[in-house]
Amino acid sequence: MGDSYRIIFIHAPSAWMSMFTYVVMAVAGATGLIWRIKLGHAVARACAPLGAVFTFCALVTGALWGKPTWGTYWIWDARLTSELVLLFLYFGYMALISAIEDKRTASRAAALLAVVGLVNIPIIHYSVEWWNTLHQGSTVTRLARPAMDIEMLIPLLIMFAAINFYFIASLFNRVRCELLDQERQTQWVKNLVHKHQMNGQAHG
Amino acid sequence: MVEFFDMGGYGFYIWISYGIFAVMLGYNYFAPLSRHKKLIQTLSLFYNRQ
Repeated sequence: MGDSYRIIFIHAPSAWMSMFTYVVMAVAGATGLIWRIKLGHAVARACAPLGAVFTFCALVTGALWGKPTWGTYWIWDARLTSELVLLFLYFGYMALISAIEDKRTASRAAALLAVVGLVNIPIIHYSVEWWNTLHQGSTVTRLARPAMDIEMLIPLLIMFAAINFYFIASLFNRVRCELLDQERQTQWVKNLVHKHQMNGQAHG
Repeated sequence: MVEFFDMGGYGFYIWISYGIFAVMLGYNYFAPLSRHKKLIQTLSLFYNRQ
């Protein structure tokens, strides 16, 4: 395998987060749909670009891993294709949000798309078992015994932890914007913007 | 030093991977921060017009 294994440390966490973010997005969208919790829609909207970034990273690092090890950047096998579909689901979600003028209608329609698209997640996960693919099977997430050297497993788990913290921080960043935009008619946003203005004047 | 960058012949693929990863994560982290700044400006204009 040579030194190309080093790509795994960013590829596997990105791929994991691409699916995890989608589940968070779909669940948040569903809570918005079912219980009409507007915060759910805000979280779902914040997840979409984040998930698209993770999916893009997983695909690109995967391609750069594939070239030296399999001899090709891309092949239309089950794992790679279903991951590409995931990227298009994120794009579709974002396109739907920006295509519909009314934010609440847009959020509801897009949440429905997210929930329906959830079917793709088990397909991605089990694709390496259901079909013959070039992609190797899971090595970390299987519980029996990790098929990996402890020296490689520890840094990989650290990367998994790190990217989860990154996800949380990044999600908060984005939800903050979504909420301010969504709640612009409320008094607390008015007060907050007013406070920012006062601070801005004091500094500049 | 050369050995470190070459990574047994895989250096090109590895460094491009890490580079793209770093750029994407950096962009994704800072984009909402600048959006927040713009949003505050947009909203203060919005309230002033009301």
